[in-house]
Amino acid sequence: MRRLGREGWVGMALVMLLACVGLWAPAFFEPQPLWTRLASWMPRLVVAAGVAVVMVARHIDISVGSVLGVSGVVGGMVIAAGLPAWAGMAAAVSCGALAGALNGWWVAGLRLPSIVVTLATMVAWREGLRWGRQGVFVNLPDTAVWMGLPMVAGQGLVIAAGLGAVAGLGWWMRNMASGRWVAAMGSNPEAGRLAGIPAGWVTGGTFVVSGSMAGLGAALLLVQSPQVDPASGRLLELEAVAAAVVGGVSIRGGAGRMRGVLAGFLLLACVGPALTYLGVKAYWDKAIHGVVILAAAAMAARAGGKQAT
Amino acid sequence: MFGDVGATRGDARALDGGVAGGSKGGLNYRVHGGEGEAARLRLVDVSKSFGAVRALRGVSMEVRAGEVHALLGENGAGKSTLIRVMAGVHAPDSGRIEVGGRVHGRLTVGTARAEGIAVVHQQPAMFPDLTVAENLALRLEQAGPWSRWRRDRHERRARECLARLGSGIDPGRLAGSLSMPEQQLVELAVAVGAGARWIVLDEPTASLTRREQERLYPVIDGLRGDGAGIVHITHRLEEVGRLADRVTVLRDGESVGTFGGRELDEGGLIERIAGRRVEGMHPGGGATRGPLRLDVHGVARAASGLKPCSLRVHAGEVVGLAGLVGSGRTELARVIFGLDRPDSGRVWVDGSEVTGTCMAMERGMAMVPEDRRRHGVVPEMGVAANLAMASHGRLFPWGWLRPGRERRVASEWTGRLGIKAGPAGSLVGTLSGGNQQKVALGRWLATRPKVLVLDEPTQGVDVGAKAEIHRWIREWTGEGMAVLMITSDLPELLGMSDRVVVMREGRVAGELPGGCSASEVMGMAMGTAGSEVGG
Repeated sequence: MRRLGREGWVGMALVMLLACVGLWAPAFFEPQPLWTRLASWMPRLVVAAGVAVVMVARHIDISVGSVLGVSGVVGGMVIAAGLPAWAGMAAAVSCGALAGALNGWWVAGLRLPSIVVTLATMVAWREGLRWGRQGVFVNLPDTAVWMGLPMVAGQGLVIAAGLGAVAGLGWWMRNMASGRWVAAMGSNPEAGRLAGIPAGWVTGGTFVVSGSMAGLGAALLLVQSPQVDPASGRLLELEAVAAAVVGGVSIRGGAGRMRGVLAGFLLLACVGPALTYLGVKAYWDKAIHGVVILAAAAMAARAGGKQAT
Repeated sequence: MFGDVGATRGDARALDGGVAGGSKGGLNYRVHGGEGEAARLRLVDVSKSFGAVRALRGVSMEVRAGEVHALLGENGAGKSTLIRVMAGVHAPDSGRIEVGGRVHGRLTVGTARAEGIAVVHQQPAMFPDLTVAENLALRLEQAGPWSRWRRDRHERRARECLARLGSGIDPGRLAGSLSMPEQQLVELAVAVGAGARWIVLDEPTASLTRREQERLYPVIDGLRGDGAGIVHITHRLEEVGRLADRVTVLRDGESVGTFGGRELDEGGLIERIAGRRVEGMHPGGGATRGPLRLDVHGVARAASGLKPCSLRVHAGEVVGLAGLVGSGRTELARVIFGLDRPDSGRVWVDGSEVTGTCMAMERGMAMVPEDRRRHGVVPEMGVAANLAMASHGRLFPWGWLRPGRERRVASEWTGRLGIKAGPAGSLVGTLSGGNQQKVALGRWLATRPKVLVLDEPTQGVDVGAKAEIHRWIREWTGEGMAVLMITSDLPELLGMSDRVVVMREGRVAGELPGGCSASEVMGMAMGTAGSEVGG
């Protein structure tokens, strides 16, 4: 039991929640609504995964919601201009990567605190977008929705892309030198620098990752509806941080795995629909989120208490 | 205390990287038959100054492959500077370094590493969230960012390196879960893995228990047997007899000499370490012992490594608290002042028991901490605010801040202590070290304490300010204050104290009367046979 680890506990909680729901409200598992729900979660999941990478490096990126908004509008405008859907999606990802690189340059190059830098870019992108679009939606041609595929296939593609991106990030973090450098820098930045890790590139790189994931989130959102809402992505950063924390990512850096983030995200995301299916008033959704986050933080504090500095 | 003041914290960190990278592949050392230039690490006539402080004055030292060479000296004798020269962190002002016959005017961190010099620090810098194997791999491999992370290969290599040290630490464990001696073994494994031929051990046993030390000795013996040249810095004289083939003693930045491992007994070593000192340059005691002010009885705290400690300070008395770095002096002071809660034992001030800092302050206790910038003053605030800070309860009943009262207190103490504060309202952070220390002192004197605990009251303070502070301490005790003074400065300790309480390994090793000699104090602090009085 003690070897279960932080992610293990979250996974168990998720399984128990799903088991309860399956027992009392099996309708939750009907394929079509479940499929739709999964597809609609994917943009938020990939954003959470990106933020988790930054958090493992002992930084934070709260600009991802705004970056997702900007990337979505950019991608939408590319498609509206007559280019194919994949080009618009690629544009969204590139836009996110660029925004992340900007964050990374401020944090790693100029050594500014990431909370301040990403707070500034969060406000700048959001207000810039509001001024630029005046709240007007971008209308997409019908062919762009689900990339012109039938809905079920399109949803399948979105789900595969989202889960694939998260799995890829997880593999990179565990199995490539640069992925371990991220964890090492988050665990002890001084020791990392002394061990010859290119500190600035690693730190800056994590912001490129989180920006790209926000761009990917925008791309996966883009193809799900005929319009792009410039206000989409608002408050997404808080949800992302919450999922990462619940999933066992240490706010002090160094520790965290993608499968934990996946479990944490699904746990938080499932609470709302599960309540609906169980016939409980959905108002309780956010309150339960709060309880879950506090419980996760308390568990993390107990687990990490030994090496608290 | 004197020599290493100029050595910055950044240097100490840079030093930790001494063995990073530079993987040399094989694990076996080439033993060069013991003789010849190839088997020598030599420092010749090395001098190094930091500003006006001459940390090293023409020190020469030779380490041979396959020997353990102990390096002894007081705090501030220049040991740390010498290590930093070897590790390439400090460039010597003059002199040269010869490694295996190659002559260097100075080493850089890179060339030191390439020459196979590794430093194992007392407090290893690790990645607590990563496994032991990953810690080793990050320090030893220079992998490209997109190369595969070979977990199995790293674990195998870590297991091999650790096995060579006779350790069975599981490479899959998180480094943060390792105990202190285990961390040092991992640090040694890094040196072994990097193929280091010259290993500097910086007080590896200082933070270990006796049983843990015993486990480290065979490891050091094994490295010597493999032909590594080991510089072993220690304060424990019994280790010299147990481990060292030769001994070099430093004093005040100069080499006193190199001796055979068993050439000198402990008394002889202490004499060389302490040397003959000028005494009696401080205002003499002669204070009359008043009633008992501070009574500490059986105070223990496992988390700080404190075994039960007892001591008493009377009114009008200065009690010096001596001991080596890490002997538990500051930890004891923190418990006495209530900053840390003791596991057992009690503290009385003027006959009434105190628990916690608030009560200690109410009863008239004050403590001037060691780390001025972190605990002693608030550098971002003005002199007046700093001076009044500890007296808020008395000056501002109900929390109503009254700038007039604050200014009055400030002007009284700036005047009495001669604090040169510059223009009114200047921030404490902009003052000189001596003036900052005076502010830290003044803050607590403004509370009109009956018991004053001083932790290194004159560290980093110039000679003039030091003499002034000594004169005041005498003045206050004359008015009935009881002073408990921690200091690593032996002349200060001997000159100021009416009694000296010596600590060692978290317990009170014994007590010496005022007017005792430096070698008596050092002997008790280092634990020479026969000096133990219990505790």
